[in-house]
Amino acid sequence: MSGYFSGILAILCINLIFAYGIFIPAAAGQINLGGAGFQAIGAYGAGWLSSVALMPVWLAIPAATVIAGLIGFLISFPVLRTRGVYMVLATFAFGEVVAGFLLRTDFFGGAIGLVVPAHIELPVLVCSALGVTVLAFYLIATRVGLVMRAINDDEAATVLMGVNVRAVQVLAFTIGGAFAGFSGALYAHNFSFVEAQYFNSFLSIYVLLFVLIGGVQTAWGPLVGTLFFTLLPEFMRVGGSWRYVVFGAAIVLMMMLRPQGIVTRSMIDRLSLRRWAPRRSAAGAGHGR
Amino acid sequence: MTAASILSRSRTALQTPAFAGTLVAAVLVAVVALGGHVMAKQIVSGLLLGSIYMTVAVAFTLTIGVLNFLNFTIPTLFMLTGMVAWGLLSGGYVKFAGGFSWLAALAAGVAVAVVASLIVERFTFRYLKMKHGDATEHAIPLVSSLGFLLIFEHLVLITLGSEAQRFAVPFKADVHVAGLILGVPQLASCALAVAVVAFLSFVLKSTRTGRALRTIAENPDTATLLGVEVDKVVPIVFILTGLLAGVAGALFTINYGDVSPFMGNNVGSKAIAAMVLGGVGSIWGAIAGGLLIGVIETLSIYLFGGDSVQMVVWGLLLAIIIVRPRGLFGTAAIGRGKM
Repeated sequence: MSGYFSGILAILCINLIFAYGIFIPAAAGQINLGGAGFQAIGAYGAGWLSSVALMPVWLAIPAATVIAGLIGFLISFPVLRTRGVYMVLATFAFGEVVAGFLLRTDFFGGAIGLVVPAHIELPVLVCSALGVTVLAFYLIATRVGLVMRAINDDEAATVLMGVNVRAVQVLAFTIGGAFAGFSGALYAHNFSFVEAQYFNSFLSIYVLLFVLIGGVQTAWGPLVGTLFFTLLPEFMRVGGSWRYVVFGAAIVLMMMLRPQGIVTRSMIDRLSLRRWAPRRSAAGAGHGR
Repeated sequence: MTAASILSRSRTALQTPAFAGTLVAAVLVAVVALGGHVMAKQIVSGLLLGSIYMTVAVAFTLTIGVLNFLNFTIPTLFMLTGMVAWGLLSGGYVKFAGGFSWLAALAAGVAVAVVASLIVERFTFRYLKMKHGDATEHAIPLVSSLGFLLIFEHLVLITLGSEAQRFAVPFKADVHVAGLILGVPQLASCALAVAVVAFLSFVLKSTRTGRALRTIAENPDTATLLGVEVDKVVPIVFILTGLLAGVAGALFTINYGDVSPFMGNNVGSKAIAAMVLGGVGSIWGAIAGGLLIGVIETLSIYLFGGDSVQMVVWGLLLAIIIVRPRGLFGTAAIGRGKM
């Protein structure tokens, strides 16, 4: 396998895990524009634990994942008090604070960055990405996933059904933070170097775009969105800056023609040959095709 | 008079421009009183920077207040003005105006920003009628504007290059007031920023268009029922947005003499911070917030060094969103999802 191809595959795996970290809250109706903050926590946490605290890699990565999840849990309470545009702003501010903190703190290397000598190989990344994908699919298929979908469709009605909406939202935000942190921990150990400038607002924007363009109705959305937007620029490498223009135009057109994302629930139903299953049109009537 | 009415009256009093101005002035006086001359210098440069943040913040707050739309193209419009003006001037396209060709170039830059903003309107609102009813639906125009951010920024990179450029403004003059040196361009731009914002608040308050805008902000469906032609009024928001962002970009170019394809990013995020600090949807809040953020930025550079700005500003912002999401002057109604 050529170095170029394995490099793309590594980025693809990391982006995919990151995208699921944004998808899980988004499936419950929460837009997280501070994803880079959680990824940075995971990257710096794991990097510091393995390079300075000399923790073995197999322990440092889960530990950093737990830390990111814990911070996601704590930050979810104030963030969930806000909604709509305010939630976008609050999470955006969170990402900026984390990046600013890491840039300024000499403890984590400051602007110089943090060198992580321990290295993990590509098979580990691929297995992790597969694991997270399966986990996300499983989560969406459970009762919790059903409630998350219900909250996304109509929060007030979900409350009326006697569901503890707040608990599910906190759970979704926590899992999302942990996934994003996990992707950061893998990033740090695959690239052997982390710097705060990498985790900027554009990273948060891109990963949110992967998820929203892919579609938040099913767990297929982030998979399709990440594959599409990670691989498409590689195939268009000749285009230079033009590919970003095409990328932007694709986003604008997508929002005009199919704002619910590439993959929708009814599309999965049609593709999955379950013709005998009762149609979901009663529940999905308001959601287009 | 009942306690409740006193409370509600005091709450409305808190939202008046007089209170906003008093608060800002009080903070500044306190800092100057504590810090003396050196502080006064920092504050003046903070206010000059703040007048640019203020103009951009007003653009943000206008689109959120009326359309509930966080318009991420605003920083790009800001950048477009500066870069287009530089491109015109360095390409030698504006020769007719003699010594004032830089002014003509900047005016052309503002015009380009307004046109670009109208293009954004077409694709984020005019042709965007599909609804799917999810909780993430409010993000559709936002995602579109992120797409436009990529398009505009990379078109500029392709046509004008990625280097930071020098934009020379020929006139230079200083005024000395109480031992402080103030540049005339800076003062003029500060005055222009105030004039643009005052014009905007006049439009919103006293004209038929302004009334239509405020009706849409209240409720777009009711506005339609009352005979407001929403499709004709919404473009006005975008024209004003382009104008505000463009003027701010032109002022920034005059004041600091540098343009680059990335000049909008920093100003844009500071302006978002200013808007939230002042209260989303409130024009006077954006004004106070912009000036305060400008002062906070120069003071935190002066006191803690350049790296601290991002953390101080955004930490403050996060705290405000958590403790008081309405900001200093905002109303609770904004951000509920309207259009």
